[in-house]
Amino acid sequence: MTAPARRERLSGVPTWLLALVPLLLAAALAAVLLGPGGAGLDRNGIPVEDVAVERTVLRPGVIELHVRNDGPDAVTVAQVIVNDAYLPGAGPLPLRLGRLEAGRLTAPYDWIEGEAYEIGLLTSTGGVIAAPVEVAARTPSADASFLGLMGLVGIYVGVIPVSIGMLWLPFARRARAGVITFILALTVGLLAFLAADAAVEGIEIAGTGSQAFGGPALVIVGAVTAFIALSGVDAWLRGRRRGAEGYRLSALIATGIGLHNLGEGLAIGSAYAAGELALGAFLVIGFALHNTTEGLAIIAPVAREPVRWWPLVGLGLLAGAPAVLGTWIGGVAFTAPLAAFLLGFGVGAIAQVCVQLLPGLRTGSGGSRGLSPLGAGGILAGLALMYATGLIAA
Amino acid sequence: MRMGITRATLLGSAAAAAGLAAAGRIAGPAPAASPPPDAGPAAHGGAAHHAAAAGSVDPAANGFDPHAILEDFDGGVVSRDAAGRTVREWTIVAQNREIEVAPGVRYAAWTYNGRVPGPTLRATAGDRMRIRFVNGGDHVHTMHFHGIHPAAMDGIPGSGPGGLVHPGEAFTYEFTAEPFGLHLYHCHSFPLAIHIAKGLYGAVVIDPPGGRPAARELVMVQNAFDTNFDAANEVYAVNTVAFAYFERPIRVRRGELVRIYLVNVLEYDPVNSFHLHGNFFHHFPTGTSLTPAEYTDTISQVQGQRGILEVRFPHTGRFMFHAHKSEFAELGWVGLFEVTG
Repeated sequence: MTAPARRERLSGVPTWLLALVPLLLAAALAAVLLGPGGAGLDRNGIPVEDVAVERTVLRPGVIELHVRNDGPDAVTVAQVIVNDAYLPGAGPLPLRLGRLEAGRLTAPYDWIEGEAYEIGLLTSTGGVIAAPVEVAARTPSADASFLGLMGLVGIYVGVIPVSIGMLWLPFARRARAGVITFILALTVGLLAFLAADAAVEGIEIAGTGSQAFGGPALVIVGAVTAFIALSGVDAWLRGRRRGAEGYRLSALIATGIGLHNLGEGLAIGSAYAAGELALGAFLVIGFALHNTTEGLAIIAPVAREPVRWWPLVGLGLLAGAPAVLGTWIGGVAFTAPLAAFLLGFGVGAIAQVCVQLLPGLRTGSGGSRGLSPLGAGGILAGLALMYATGLIAA
Repeated sequence: MRMGITRATLLGSAAAAAGLAAAGRIAGPAPAASPPPDAGPAAHGGAAHHAAAAGSVDPAANGFDPHAILEDFDGGVVSRDAAGRTVREWTIVAQNREIEVAPGVRYAAWTYNGRVPGPTLRATAGDRMRIRFVNGGDHVHTMHFHGIHPAAMDGIPGSGPGGLVHPGEAFTYEFTAEPFGLHLYHCHSFPLAIHIAKGLYGAVVIDPPGGRPAARELVMVQNAFDTNFDAANEVYAVNTVAFAYFERPIRVRRGELVRIYLVNVLEYDPVNSFHLHGNFFHHFPTGTSLTPAEYTDTISQVQGQRGILEVRFPHTGRFMFHAHKSEFAELGWVGLFEVTG
């Protein structure tokens, strides 16, 4: 039989049915393997017990653990151990968790502020899942005073520094073209540092919590999502052709920085809620200095264009205000997978902005694709500046 | 019990290094007052919870009850040999068995006769003891007795057929019961720690020829379980089940003589102890003398060490006993005597 003849024979079959055939076969295979008395593909070996403690909440005299079954098999938590003692009042026990199922364990315990606790979940098979509390501190509840405090911190480290940085605009307007190129290159350096910083932090955080949702891969998924989404926004802005080119770039930069500051706020909020962060003046000053440079990045593209004040305020808020949102999420609803995804999202956004800025830093017209000396110098200076100001916050 | 713990993160330590006061720090905790740890349950009054675990263990599902083990002395099948000497015979079978060692926590144990600890063998000094050991497990096991006996009866690798009993095989250990006192037996196969830790041990009581004064007699084998195989224990007890005598106290009568046969087989921890509340006891180390060595309320024992404790309770009420190593106590090795008038 020849190939054309075979095609002929299938010509009467609807296209959608042809698409369905492999799917149906795959489903049938799954049914054979998983069905009752299947193909004997039972799991080999003992059940895997993989439970992640997603959140530890400390209230006066009470420890609350938010747990999720991260592994392929059901897990039953039989006892809760704190510092080598069973907790008699822990409950509900036994706690059976199916795959990916989440649950909460509450136990009365007179914990002492500032001390470390070894919490262990003893499973029905005798396995121990460790959930250390590094520094015991009361977990803030999402009341007005906490949200207010976190909001203030977000404004300190996000909105105010970015706005101050944008006040370099009058200077930039008078500067020569070479200076503007240098500032733009400096911006790329700043952003590259932020992206690397966020990627490392995201991967670190992703390694701590539930792995079932992707672990460190979430950072990459977030980054790619943001990159593609911002590319779409960029294409849309270009298509409209309204407003000046400079505003378009500034808006993209502000968006990227805003997403980055969301992650920064998240880190601050979660660390504070976990009692691992004292909001000292050094920390706030460090973050503020660090973020002031971000304001410079936003105004660089509009240095040669006529501007009005209100779009600039908008851009400042776009870049700075997400820090407030981040501190709230971090303080109240922190989970490692969410934080990893959001940090990755910021990385992707920044990468997209860098891609936008790079063409302006290349040498002259056509020919060489390399960076101009001014561009290369600016990028390196940006990295150095971020590194130096980062030392103050670290 | 052992768990990894890491100290504060970058942000936390940096903030500490900065040494600055928190800007509007959230108020600290206000823990409720707790009763002193040694106050005993009576001091807790109507408290909903006391030092125990959540839930309880079902003895029926386990196939043995710690309360029954407490007073279960097995004198074997008794006969007399040609010389008129008492001969006692037992059959002990090594079996794998999953048991619940703390509420909800199951452990794949190796047992003698389906229970942990194995049967408490009892004879009088001078009796002939004949123990037929059948290995129904899936590893090489033995029975090694503490006592005075020929090398071939020692139950260790290299001692002959009794030192290497393969699955499905059997061996009969035979020797004269001596000296009188409190002894133990355990598996001596390689690797020793695992064969002991998994539950292959039991007590041997050899009575002095004239016996001991009549008493309420209790056997307590101090043991523990390494449920996650990290060479550290997660569950501690006497007679296997954590908190068994705390949930259901041991009932004794005021003034009656109580004799405790206390054997320590604890693996992975260097020393175990026994402390009695509200009372003192006479301590007969290894039970080899009829004169007490000490009048005290706390003794310690290394692995394999054992002793007889004799006590009378002058007061009614509940009196705690536990390892005076708080970790062991709070991980299950704690119980209560309930003294009635």
